[in-house]
Amino acid sequence: MSRIVMGVESSCDETGVGLVRLHDDGTVELLADEVASSVAEHARFGGVVPEVASRAHLEAMVPTVHRAFDTAGLRMSDVSAVAVTAGPGLAGALLVGLSAAKAYAAALDVPLYGVNHLAGHIAVDTLQHGPLPAPSLALLVSGGHTQLLRVDDIAGKITEIGSTVDDAAGEAYDKVARVLDLPYPGGPPIDRAAREGAPDAIAFPRGMTGPRDAAYDFSFSGLKTAVARWVEAAQARGEDVPVADVAASFQEAVADVLTAKAVRAATESGIGTLVISGGVAANSRLAALAAQRCADAGIELRIPRPRLCTDNGAMIAALGAHLVSAGCAPSALEVSADPALPVSTISL
Amino acid sequence: MLVLAIDTATPAVTAGVVELGSERVTVLAERVTHDARAHGELLTPHVLDAVSRAGATLRDLAAVVCGVGPGPFTGLRAGIVTAAALADSLDVPAYPVCSLDAIASDAVADGADAPFLVVTDARRREVYWAAYDREGHRSRGPEVAAPAALDPAARRVEHAHPSPAGLARTAATAIRASEAPAPLTPLYLRRPDAAVPGARKRVSAS
Ligand SMILES: [Zn+2]
Repeated sequence: MSRIVMGVESSCDETGVGLVRLHDDGTVELLADEVASSVAEHARFGGVVPEVASRAHLEAMVPTVHRAFDTAGLRMSDVSAVAVTAGPGLAGALLVGLSAAKAYAAALDVPLYGVNHLAGHIAVDTLQHGPLPAPSLALLVSGGHTQLLRVDDIAGKITEIGSTVDDAAGEAYDKVARVLDLPYPGGPPIDRAAREGAPDAIAFPRGMTGPRDAAYDFSFSGLKTAVARWVEAAQARGEDVPVADVAASFQEAVADVLTAKAVRAATESGIGTLVISGGVAANSRLAALAAQRCADAGIELRIPRPRLCTDNGAMIAALGAHLVSAGCAPSALEVSADPALPVSTISL
Repeated sequence: MLVLAIDTATPAVTAGVVELGSERVTVLAERVTHDARAHGELLTPHVLDAVSRAGATLRDLAAVVCGVGPGPFTGLRAGIVTAAALADSLDVPAYPVCSLDAIASDAVADGADAPFLVVTDARRREVYWAAYDREGHRSRGPEVAAPAALDPAARRVEHAHPSPAGLARTAATAIRASEAPAPLTPLYLRRPDAAVPGARKRVSAS
């Protein structure tokens, strides 16, 4: 008998509610994926304002739940488990989704799974590409995180093998967009501008790639500063800033480091599958370069479609379904949000 | 009929089940914990505990009443979203109540002499307050202000948080009349702290 799992996400600026069907063979099918975003309310602040995000989550939560059930053509009584992001994320934002999920689980008398947002970004790929081979390597890239993870079991064992030592990749995009007078969030406008530019026009630095640097860690702070210096120098000379070339060269530096390290980690650990997920996974140059390098190295590349890569409730429902399928113990209703939840803790 | 009352506008995590009769409000069970950081953890467990101690199940509830503040932001939302989600999944109405009105109702029930002010902690050296007239009806507020801005001659009531009885009493007329509830809109009274960034700072030495 198949089971319906509801997923609730509120760790940052998207209120997400997903519904999935867990089939008896362990496969997970996407039924609904509704998201209400407060990104437009943060744009003029140049970044996510936690209190603004929390207020928006409260307003959007119940309407988003309704949209998900309408889309799936299901009733609430069809649900057999509720999964919710317990961390990592913004404390006040997490609290809204977690409180709502507890109430739904209690009222529907079904188990609650407080789960890890980062593991959700990996689990979401199974909705599109089926079961994940074990082990797999995952590269998570977004405005909040940049990590290389070894996934032995999506419901049981995830190990971080590298992460950024300063800015997240998406953060670097936002900061460089500001330097180039492009809008927030910076990923899409830089990707668009880069299409008209030459990726080798400017040799921006590749962070953490020296012989003594940690092989799988990342750094984007120096790159961001190098771009700002280059642009300021051009302006000081009275030149027009070649936005397309700067965007393309910056984007090339990011994609080069991310894919080189991910492919190297996969090769050195003998892992045959790489999943790239998170908001920055939608970047066209990152996807193209990863495809080329994975093909050269004989690695299977899986990138969920852009809608699944950004924060959503379907990823949390998918992870919840894998936990249900694996027979994992549900969370206590007293579970609290953990803004700094480590990726190795898949559920609380 | 059985009514669930919830409030997280103060450091108290408050849940209770009351029997709302045609004249009277009777508390059947309540759970209150004073911990400003535990609203998200404890509220739903408190709700379940109060309901079971009342000898009922969630399915027996006819309505939910929720204090919507004013209160410091983070905890306040835990109560409101819990009330909204419970009412939604149980398919019962959820009635918003100004948390200060519920405290005023408790004070009157305890024999306090109106008029008076209800004052709660708003943090940042400010208070939330509202004024109540001779009949115990709100005549001004709710507002957020420095304590010095309040009329020093006015009587103040000392209840730190609203009780389930006070919450239910405040919404009783609307519930008994099966009025369509207003939305559960939080009374924040303050804008989010957020500044629009100025000009970008240069990174190069000029
Ligand atoms: Zn994310």
